[in-house]
Amino acid sequence: MSDTRWRMAHGRYALEMPGSWESPADVRSSLEGVGYLADDKIAQVVFLATKLHKPILAEGPAGVGKTALALALAKATGRRLVRLQCYEGLDESKALYEWDYHKQLLRLQADAGAEWDELEGDIFSEAFLLERPLLTAIRSEEPVVLLIDEADRVDFETEALFLEVLDSHQVTIPELGTIEAVTLPIVVLTSNNTRELSEALKRRCLYLHIPYPTIERELAILRSRVPDMPEQFAEQIARTVASIRQIPTRKAPSVSETIDWARTLLALGVDELSDSVTASTLNVLLKYQTDIERTAKELSLELDAEASPE
Amino acid sequence: MIIALGEFVEELREVGIPVSMVETIDCAQAIQYTDLASRENLRATLGATLIKSTRHYAAFDRAFDVYFGLEPVGGPPSEEEESLTSSGGQGGDATAGGGGGDDGLFDGLVNALLGGDRDEVRRLVSLAVDRYAGMQPGRPVGGRYYAYRTLRRIDTEALLGRLIAAMKEGRTEREIEARIERERAAEFVQQLRDLLEQEITGRLIADRGRRQVAHSRRLGLVEDIDLMHATRVEIEEVTRAIRPLARKLATRLSQRRMHGSKGRLDVRRTIRRSLGYGGVLIDPRFKAPRKSKPEIVILCDVSGSMATFARFTMQLTHAVSSEFSKVRVFAFIDGLDEVTAYFSPDIDFSDGLASMLREADIVRRDGHSDYGRSFAEMWERYSDAVTSRSTVIITGDARNNYRDAGIGSFERIVDRSRATFWLNPEPRRYWDTGDSVMSTYGAACDSVDQVRTLRQLEVFVERAALPVRRIRALDAGVTTRYG
Repeated sequence: MSDTRWRMAHGRYALEMPGSWESPADVRSSLEGVGYLADDKIAQVVFLATKLHKPILAEGPAGVGKTALALALAKATGRRLVRLQCYEGLDESKALYEWDYHKQLLRLQADAGAEWDELEGDIFSEAFLLERPLLTAIRSEEPVVLLIDEADRVDFETEALFLEVLDSHQVTIPELGTIEAVTLPIVVLTSNNTRELSEALKRRCLYLHIPYPTIERELAILRSRVPDMPEQFAEQIARTVASIRQIPTRKAPSVSETIDWARTLLALGVDELSDSVTASTLNVLLKYQTDIERTAKELSLELDAEASPE
Repeated sequence: MIIALGEFVEELREVGIPVSMVETIDCAQAIQYTDLASRENLRATLGATLIKSTRHYAAFDRAFDVYFGLEPVGGPPSEEEESLTSSGGQGGDATAGGGGGDDGLFDGLVNALLGGDRDEVRRLVSLAVDRYAGMQPGRPVGGRYYAYRTLRRIDTEALLGRLIAAMKEGRTEREIEARIERERAAEFVQQLRDLLEQEITGRLIADRGRRQVAHSRRLGLVEDIDLMHATRVEIEEVTRAIRPLARKLATRLSQRRMHGSKGRLDVRRTIRRSLGYGGVLIDPRFKAPRKSKPEIVILCDVSGSMATFARFTMQLTHAVSSEFSKVRVFAFIDGLDEVTAYFSPDIDFSDGLASMLREADIVRRDGHSDYGRSFAEMWERYSDAVTSRSTVIITGDARNNYRDAGIGSFERIVDRSRATFWLNPEPRRYWDTGDSVMSTYGAACDSVDQVRTLRQLEVFVERAALPVRRIRALDAGVTTRYG
């Protein structure tokens, strides 16, 4: 194998990885330091990712903190975050690199008498290269955290673009050759599981499923994000939300919606979850009218403000 | 450890979970960085490296518990033990209410569960297994029966009641609180169940060895569930897995529609491309044509013989209609009616299904399938629903109760459609037996697939992406095979 591969496998880059993390517990406390509460599983997988230099594929329902994990990792390691937001129709020129053709045209016109060979070598040099997130992450002198957000949104075929970056930390540009990573990025991919990602992609990643938090973890999150909340009230909120998530709805409440709800209740000056308060603030938790109606029915809440005969 | 890992991976593969060589190596490396003192750490490491889909978690957990589970508190089943339990003979007592006569085992369990004392729960569970399970050595069972027997004697219903009552003290009568209590109590009972299963599994392993136990306790994957005979729990699992598939079907069908056609000239990319040739516009580039939403027409047989399967197809329909704007759904038995409105994404699926079965005008005579009549009605009343842009999907077993197949109307529908697919839940070997007229209809369709599991549905979805001509060619082979 090439010299690069050998160096890669034998630790040239290993020095660049956060050396301070010696155990999942370290990961956990350092993430907690930047306000992200990881559970044991998350801490373990992040730890493995830094040790094995593998990307993390975080999958789970919307709003459980998949993206937040990447942001927290960047903060905790003091790295820059490079973010690639995926969408349908994302292509090479938006994800990897693009030639700056305006500049290239200018260059050609500016120097009409030049030798062709010289020109060609010139316009396909780095000065005319526009970096897109994947290339940026690879070429960065400083170690970065690369976040490929909502990877399930790209077309099936486009996924292949990520593979080279993910498994050998390099990008091949036909005109320039292969660009290798100077420093190893920490890579996090997120997916809402709207479709299955390809086997090839999944094989290269450590899979981390982040479900809705347990009541204890959600309570801890509430404590840290809404510190003014009385403990008992927070517990009541966490339990109620967990119960609402059991009801089949189109869009179950996410963690951020729990936090919004807690803040709303606090702002309203309530300190007890009565039926009427719950009914009137349900729209903070649930975003579809059908979901609100269904939940109200399940919890026997009266949605209308008018007093019922009962 | 490496040997155990090898066996474990082999077990996963036998269950049907794809685990590659690379993943196994990653896993072995990852184990070096795992603190093996904690079982959950090991579970996280194995889960992250070997399992790449939530659909496979349940089967993974089951196998994990067999290979790396807790050591049982009690020993393997022995002959004496069995004779001890059979002398009990107090079957009615436990159900009598609260299980009073079992020297505090029941109360102990309630307290230990409420107090979160896992070790105590385990000790009591082991005691319960000694007493009630009646385990016999050497029997090649998965232990489900032992668990059932023990739980029946502990009486989970009474346990639930006691747990709820214990939590209720000092609370109001609000529905939310009652719900929360019920859920917590159910969680405790689930905990008990899990520990009980682990105890029994552990004892079985001591008796018969891991491989055997793993084999008999194996949990099938969601994609292999037989949709014709699915249980309620299984259907719930299937429902969760359907949405990604529906989306895939959506993208596949829209890809089909753009096949072979190019969009407008893309000036920017053409110029960019030309730079490779010194600015000569040598290689025109085109914009991808806008993906248009395909139109889908679904015809579902919802007769009695198809009941469970119809529920599944309706679920798929529901999921598909939230991806496409242009979906029209028709249900039939011996008459046909449009039921699109019942499956709009705003309506809860179960409500929609219930009101559809109540209100839709789909029974004309005796309530036995009549495909011929249904297709005739389709053509007479709703022929405008099918256009040259629509994909028609028919789900049914083509069992026509020896009635007229009405092939004329069917062929007219097929001819007008862009493509017609038939999904038949019956195994292929039963097609054309008895009153099944699959090949009569099948000859006209673009493809006929046996779809009995999610895996087969996935195969169909992949195939639906092929251009029509190719499917027809493929199908020619299929037609001769069964017709």
